[in-house]
Amino acid sequence: MNLKFQNKKITGILTVLPENEVNFDDEIDNYDFSRAQSMKLKLIMGYGKRRVVKEGTTISDLCIYGLNYLFDNGLLKKEDIDAIILVTQSPDHFVPATSHIIQGKLDLKKDIICLDINQACSGYPVGLNQAFMQLEQEEVNKVVVLNADMMSCKVSAKDRGSRPLTGDAASITIVENDTSGSTIYGTVNADGKGAEALIIPAGGFKMPSTPKTAELVTDKNGNSRALDHLVMKGDDVFNFVQREVPPMVERLLDKAGKTKDDVDYFMFHQPNKFMLKKLADKMGISYDKMPNNIVENFGNSSGVSIPTNITHNLGEKLLKEDFLICLAGFGAGLSWSSLLLNLGSLDFCETIDY
Amino acid sequence: MTEIRPEFDFSESSNFIEEGMLDSFDIVSLVASLDEEFGISIDGTEILPENFSSVDGIIQLLIKNGVAE
Repeated sequence: MNLKFQNKKITGILTVLPENEVNFDDEIDNYDFSRAQSMKLKLIMGYGKRRVVKEGTTISDLCIYGLNYLFDNGLLKKEDIDAIILVTQSPDHFVPATSHIIQGKLDLKKDIICLDINQACSGYPVGLNQAFMQLEQEEVNKVVVLNADMMSCKVSAKDRGSRPLTGDAASITIVENDTSGSTIYGTVNADGKGAEALIIPAGGFKMPSTPKTAELVTDKNGNSRALDHLVMKGDDVFNFVQREVPPMVERLLDKAGKTKDDVDYFMFHQPNKFMLKKLADKMGISYDKMPNNIVENFGNSSGVSIPTNITHNLGEKLLKEDFLICLAGFGAGLSWSSLLLNLGSLDFCETIDY
Repeated sequence: MTEIRPEFDFSESSNFIEEGMLDSFDIVSLVASLDEEFGISIDGTEILPENFSSVDGIIQLLIKNGVAE
């Protein structure tokens, strides 16, 4: 589905990374790879450092820390927030919504919209789409989009497919009305037939967690997981991304009357380095315009990887300059989404540690 | 391939995938090596296990991706 928004803009992006860093070199013995294969995959896939939360930390902790940073530094006023949209697959509780917990702990005003959205790696464009729609309301002038996930807690230590790539993070994006006449183009897509390609089988109401669902089972590839853990069918996900993302971006650019050369940066979700390079090659985009360095430095933090990509790679530039940027997210659902927008002259665009 | 999985004799196999000689990580390593060796980028939509089940299949994939016969 194609979307179009008039007179909306992003005015600030903050990424919050847990201070706790894990290095692939220290974990090599956990995985069933030969040493040589590990070192080769490290280069190809981007296994490296990743940030993960310490036990007891929740996504609301990361979000509240980041919001307090903005309040304390005069970058955001509590009373100006008209809506909070939290995109996550790792909420503090099933009930209530974590956005309400954040609103309460920060003592924000009560005439406010609080909304949790269950989306993973395509969650950044999806959350922004919702913010743009809410800004159509007369009384909504400033929306805070929170993306936060801590999936490291749901990945088996013996899962060599997912564990070396998974990181945790949160981001805060401020979205406001704009008077410049700007247009933002977007697309959203879903294919629930691929739901099992990325799934945590147990822990919900369909299959509650029990001692049985916590038992590790080893698959034919040597990965040991429990039903409580995230399962990723790597081949299926890889092929879905290579098949669906290039035409989605083509369609987006076509709707906007732009070409790939018009776009300054393609800031995509980063599942691993190999997948990003293959996408860039297929789409004929240089690696300079499509950064792929987030997984090796911080890990794949699901829907937060796009804002992390932006603050880490373009943070300083986006304070002073303006760029035409294409965002694309893709993953669990299956879900894939994109946005084409002008981004720049931001009030803030930085990364902080929690 | 013997560099990636030295424990197997690939010349004795009729299907590398069905016989469990190459998994998805081995295919990723193999694609990276082939890309580098031949100066190509194998199309991401063609990185499917069935295209890596035999030497003939891999050769066909290389030809399809611009390597001269």
